Amino acid sequence: MVQQRLTQRSEFEWEIAPVGAMRVPAVFFASKALIDAMDAKVFEQACNVATLPGIVQASYAMPDAHWGYGFPIGGVAAFDAEAGGVVSAGGVGFDISCGVRTLHTGLTAAQLERIKIPLADALFEHVPAGVGSTGTLRLNDKAMDAMLGGGAQWAAEQGFGSAADLERIEEHGRMSGAVPGAVSAQAKKRQRDEMGTLGSGNHYLEVQRVVEVFDAAAAAAFGIKVDDVVVSIHCGSRGLGHQIGTEYLKEMVVAAPAYGIHLPDRELASAPIDSPLGQRYLGAMRSAINCALANRQIITHLTREVFARITPQARLDLLYDVSHNTCKVEEHLIDGRPQRLFVHRKGATRAFGPGHRELPETLRAIGQPVLIGGSMGTSSYILVGTKESETRAFSSACHGAGRAMSRHAATRQWHGRNVVDELAARGILIRSPSLRGVAEEAPGAYKDVSAVVDAADAAGLARKVARLVPVVCVKG
Amino acid sequence: MDAYWQHFPHEADIGVAGVAPELAAAFEQAALGLIAVICEPQRVRALSTVDFICSAPDKELLLVDWLNALIFEMATRHMLFSRFEVQLEGTQLHARAWGEVVDVARHQPTVEVKGATYTELKVFQQPDGWWRAQCVVDV
Repeated sequence: MVQQRLTQRSEFEWEIAPVGAMRVPAVFFASKALIDAMDAKVFEQACNVATLPGIVQASYAMPDAHWGYGFPIGGVAAFDAEAGGVVSAGGVGFDISCGVRTLHTGLTAAQLERIKIPLADALFEHVPAGVGSTGTLRLNDKAMDAMLGGGAQWAAEQGFGSAADLERIEEHGRMSGAVPGAVSAQAKKRQRDEMGTLGSGNHYLEVQRVVEVFDAAAAAAFGIKVDDVVVSIHCGSRGLGHQIGTEYLKEMVVAAPAYGIHLPDRELASAPIDSPLGQRYLGAMRSAINCALANRQIITHLTREVFARITPQARLDLLYDVSHNTCKVEEHLIDGRPQRLFVHRKGATRAFGPGHRELPETLRAIGQPVLIGGSMGTSSYILVGTKESETRAFSSACHGAGRAMSRHAATRQWHGRNVVDELAARGILIRSPSLRGVAEEAPGAYKDVSAVVDAADAAGLARKVARLVPVVCVKG
Repeated sequence: MDAYWQHFPHEADIGVAGVAPELAAAFEQAALGLIAVICEPQRVRALSTVDFICSAPDKELLLVDWLNALIFEMATRHMLFSRFEVQLEGTQLHARAWGEVVDVARHQPTVEVKGATYTELKVFQQPDGWWRAQCVVDV
């Protein structure tokens, strides 16, 4: 049992020192209670990541880490191309650039209370969600490639948003280096009618109320205060990202021996960054990031249409958009010197601190908003990146509550109808095409998001700014 | 005892397994297990067919390829399947699946599957001689 070698570095930081093929330590940011509750597979997977060529500093796990595929979900690892570093399709995962965006509404909780039922019904009817749902947009080959190259910028040009939106999205709404030609015809076919769809599983659109502010200065900079109403959208690159993940994972598994890469777990499928396969994957993966950004932009547009109909005084300006399944090229200080690294975040959020040049001017003095989704009945959080975070895990923080129980176990413990009724009694309206899906996503199937966020704050990964609770939740 | 499928737990997602006297039948059962992640297979009528050909370097990668081929066809045709016939020649698979277009009201689908993974991927002959084909799928 690899976790028996776990030692405590500080109250919220734990380490497994390198052993065997591990090139660097595995480091875990969590409270003792969260560490004790982590599945043994998390420790094993974080140690496996530490064996990959060119890994820099450590293999990190965030406080919400749980058993994933190859990488733990909540895993962060950076690789140096000049040291033979790799890019891992498994380290990004199937739902490339899955992420969260939060929109202001300009409404108060009291105003929302009066319209929440027609609003819930209209959002459920207007935003495609669940198995087999399709968007109204159909992309021909030329438009598909333009979308894959342009991301949310492309979507804004098509009338789904504005330049002001783009300022509040990572990469300013467009991931550079995308190569639509590296995306297969099958992946594009899978996306043909899925633009502007939420998907299913843990993806959602929530109307939320700000119930607590922890950092008044950051909250003011983000434009939120207690009793404000916001909308949060959690989804990713849909079928296109899933297909890219599937295809490149296989190609990397088959090619790994030729590249001299020993994979302790096939799901860690990797290729050298500087290899033709590594470069092709990066071009395809960045295209999928653009697909996710465009998808969330189109869903934003659909949401705005609903609010305009139900409550015309609402104004849905974008607070911020983060992606939590990515590999991005970033500069970080290693031993006091800036180094260009390929940072994999699998179920982890980027958390740049104040002054970072990637941040829009309006946020540069305060730091990056870090948007943390909860489960249906529980809180979501907004945090802010800190200077300190740079010295922890390449400016990374947690991404959500993290599952505490399998879907299998959840359906044995809860019935979807009961979950919907219990939440309705607490004033939370659930709209979903699938009651079994609701049971699988029952709040009790997730870890306590507040404990996760407290640990992220205490470990110096990001600082708490505000807590939100759901009022309306549309589930796929 | 007849061939059967089963689900096994994974913290974030779900595992599917097919168990049968023959390897090809274990692949058929694993496919049924995949469908059962999405909806109850008995709700899906066998109205139209789709043919599949897959090949891979080994049996385990072939199982993932087979399940991913089903996921791709279900996503792009908006179909669900309920009956499968698989033939194996070495590490090449020929198959036919029967199913119909998704009807949300009748099928009550729970979740779409993003992909079959290499996690807990095992294809092996059990001590009783039956074959077990399994992996975790990402939902």
